[in-house]
Amino acid sequence: MKILVPVKRVVDYNVKVRVKADNTGVDIANVKMSMNPFCEIAVEEAVRLREKSVATEVIAVSAGVVQCQETLRNAMAIGADRAILIETDVELQPLAVAKLLKAIVDKEQPKLVILGKQAIDDDANQTGQMLAALLGWGQATFASKVEVAGDVATVTREVDGGAETVAIKLPAIITTDLRLNEPRYATLPNIMKAKKKQLDIFKPADLGVDVTPRLTTLRVDEPPKRQGGVKVADVAALIDKLKNEAKVI
Amino acid sequence: MSTYQAPLKEFQLLLETVAPIAELAKLPHFSDATPDTVSAILEESAKFATNVLDPLNWSGDQEGSKHNPADNTVSTPKGFKAAYAAYREIGGTGLPMPAEFGGMAMPRSVAALTDEMLHSSNLSFGLLPMLAQGATEAILLAGSDQLKAIYVEKMVSGEWAGTMNLTEPQAGSDLSLVKSRAEPQADGTYKVFGTKIFITFGEHDWTENIIHLVLARLPDAPPGVKGISLFVVPKMLVNADGSLGARNDAKCISIEHKLGIHASPTTVMQFGDAGGATGYLIGEENRGLEYMFIMMNVARFGVGLQGIGLAERSYQHAVAFARERVQSRDVGAPKAGSTPIIRHPDVRRMLMRMRAQTEAARALSMATAYAIDLAEAHPDAAVRAVNQAFVDLMIPVHKGWATEMCQEATYLGIQVHGGMGFVEETGAAQYYRDARITTIYEGTTAIQANDLVGRKMAREGGVTAKAVITSMRAFAKELTTSNNAHLKVTHTKLVAGIDAVERAVEFNLATFNSNVRASFAGSVPMVKLFGIVCGAWQLARVALEADQRINAGHADKTFYEAKLATMRFFADTMIPEAIAAADTIVNGSEGTLALAEASF
Repeated sequence: MKILVPVKRVVDYNVKVRVKADNTGVDIANVKMSMNPFCEIAVEEAVRLREKSVATEVIAVSAGVVQCQETLRNAMAIGADRAILIETDVELQPLAVAKLLKAIVDKEQPKLVILGKQAIDDDANQTGQMLAALLGWGQATFASKVEVAGDVATVTREVDGGAETVAIKLPAIITTDLRLNEPRYATLPNIMKAKKKQLDIFKPADLGVDVTPRLTTLRVDEPPKRQGGVKVADVAALIDKLKNEAKVI
Repeated sequence: MSTYQAPLKEFQLLLETVAPIAELAKLPHFSDATPDTVSAILEESAKFATNVLDPLNWSGDQEGSKHNPADNTVSTPKGFKAAYAAYREIGGTGLPMPAEFGGMAMPRSVAALTDEMLHSSNLSFGLLPMLAQGATEAILLAGSDQLKAIYVEKMVSGEWAGTMNLTEPQAGSDLSLVKSRAEPQADGTYKVFGTKIFITFGEHDWTENIIHLVLARLPDAPPGVKGISLFVVPKMLVNADGSLGARNDAKCISIEHKLGIHASPTTVMQFGDAGGATGYLIGEENRGLEYMFIMMNVARFGVGLQGIGLAERSYQHAVAFARERVQSRDVGAPKAGSTPIIRHPDVRRMLMRMRAQTEAARALSMATAYAIDLAEAHPDAAVRAVNQAFVDLMIPVHKGWATEMCQEATYLGIQVHGGMGFVEETGAAQYYRDARITTIYEGTTAIQANDLVGRKMAREGGVTAKAVITSMRAFAKELTTSNNAHLKVTHTKLVAGIDAVERAVEFNLATFNSNVRASFAGSVPMVKLFGIVCGAWQLARVALEADQRINAGHADKTFYEAKLATMRFFADTMIPEAIAAADTIVNGSEGTLALAEASF
């Protein structure tokens, strides 16, 4: 069984991002980029399934600029067997990515696609769900535990009320939550070996997908600065403020 | 407590300037060290240093290693054993080691940076892999094929650790006084007897076996340095099939209570209490010190990196505090009220001294690492020889200066904190305490300095030193091509610094044979002089590239401008100290030696 793991190159989680001076977006020139942490968890989970002989091959796939190759090498250093880059400079929105991934699924015929539940840059939380819909496959999102036996995946999901366990028939889509696993450090020898693993490159046109953005970003602003707090005299004053000023109770 | 962040951008820039990794990757020997692979290796190593090693640094210092007299074992602080297992897991131990024994054969130019991160985040931890690597390289250098087959692969993978057993109570810097003895046995092995002190990680709980390399004398050995042989003495004897056999007659009888590096056990080793420890000769009889000195170069280079690592860490810690600590008004804007202390000019001075010296020492260390790589792997023998000569000259400079400047850097790291720096829980004091050993072990600063003025300079008539002066002068001319104001000042100062080096070298060459005490009296200033001026040279190479990138419209302007500002500070503030050192070398010996011994 093949597992496909889509990964996204995002601004590193340690970087404090800044809005561009012209308010058209976030400034990502010269900031450190790395693999979206949720995607890293997805790669780790897929590699573990292969190590348990549940899967036979793990294929990492990314869509975006040429530097996404680094992200894919990283996925292969963690343990993915080979990688595919769909290279484009166009700003990619979740639906376009889902369509691209569907094309790759059609080509590669994996039984399982494991994705991060969302990317830490735009936090859309849509690609996995859209891909499931396009493929007509079952989906188990926000996974904190995955077990695969035969043609069924038993997935524990993190939901608002606690945890929910579902069984889904393969082929299926799983999206990862933070608690699913703790990704390993890529070993230094594996980083070296990743360089020699296969990495195929396609253009969106090769896959017959139109990735033109459907949404227009009007303006990006920094969140409003937090106002300094005040010390209240007593509980009554606090309740009064919550009721009348903040209007939250 | 601050969190260690590896200066990856700077590492990258050094790999594009003073140690161009893309050039090394063209050599068949280093063909795997392509820039993209190397940056991935550095990133992953940085993550490991920040997330695994840095958080254990303070707790390791507080807890320390403990000796258990009942069974002569050593317990290391909580978390270290697991961290070592994780370090092995990521393949950290084999990075610069040969591929045929399971290593990655990465150049020293890469290992220097991963080692710096190790030492920055946790010096005590970094000592074990550093010394084990030295021991492994000694076996590789002179050991028989059989010794290599038994030990090297497991040492490269980190399954077994290694130590260097040189020092004895009466034989510190002077190894000619070594008394440990080895008696040949009928089966070709030796029985080793003696006491060794200051053995880093001589006993610990991280690995099943510890491979001690021990200096000892054979019964018929000539006295002095030409009668010392080198032996492999494993803690656990190894069976023919590679499995572990009986416990050897080697034990740790106590550990030292030290000023710093508390997590690293510094052991007293007793060999041969119960009939003799089984040892195996490395190479030929009586050539042990020679082998050890080749290894010593690697170890000295490593200790210099420790100086840079600690200075970097102490700087990061001080900057974090200086940004947060609000105290007093800004003298330039007194109406604005209390200000973070980073705005006070003297705090800036302290931080700049820390930063500029760290960056200069790092640039010089990387130029040296690059020369080590070329001396090893370049196809042209002439190129190898020139680079080896440069390395030989620079090792004592790098070790001596980087560890001495680290004393000042970690001292200032406390000073920036004020009273809070004197308090242990702030964490600044640990770097200062840990730093203190670096000017002592693997040859004190004076040992480096005597090596520099004697063996590395006077003995060869100053050929390499003069070649370095010529290279520096040629480079200084390049600086005049820039219109940048900081680089213009740098050019003037650097030329004055090179003149000072030339004066001091000439003095040393003229004096060494006629008045050797006068040469040696100025040897430590010579280390400082070379360190600062050669550091300025390498820093300026980086700054010149930064200037060119700014002019080419590179987007990361802030980063490159910082390189130029740091260069300017170094030129204005540090080069005058080098010039003063040259004056001390030329004029200071009489005063140094004038006082009668009895008057002390």
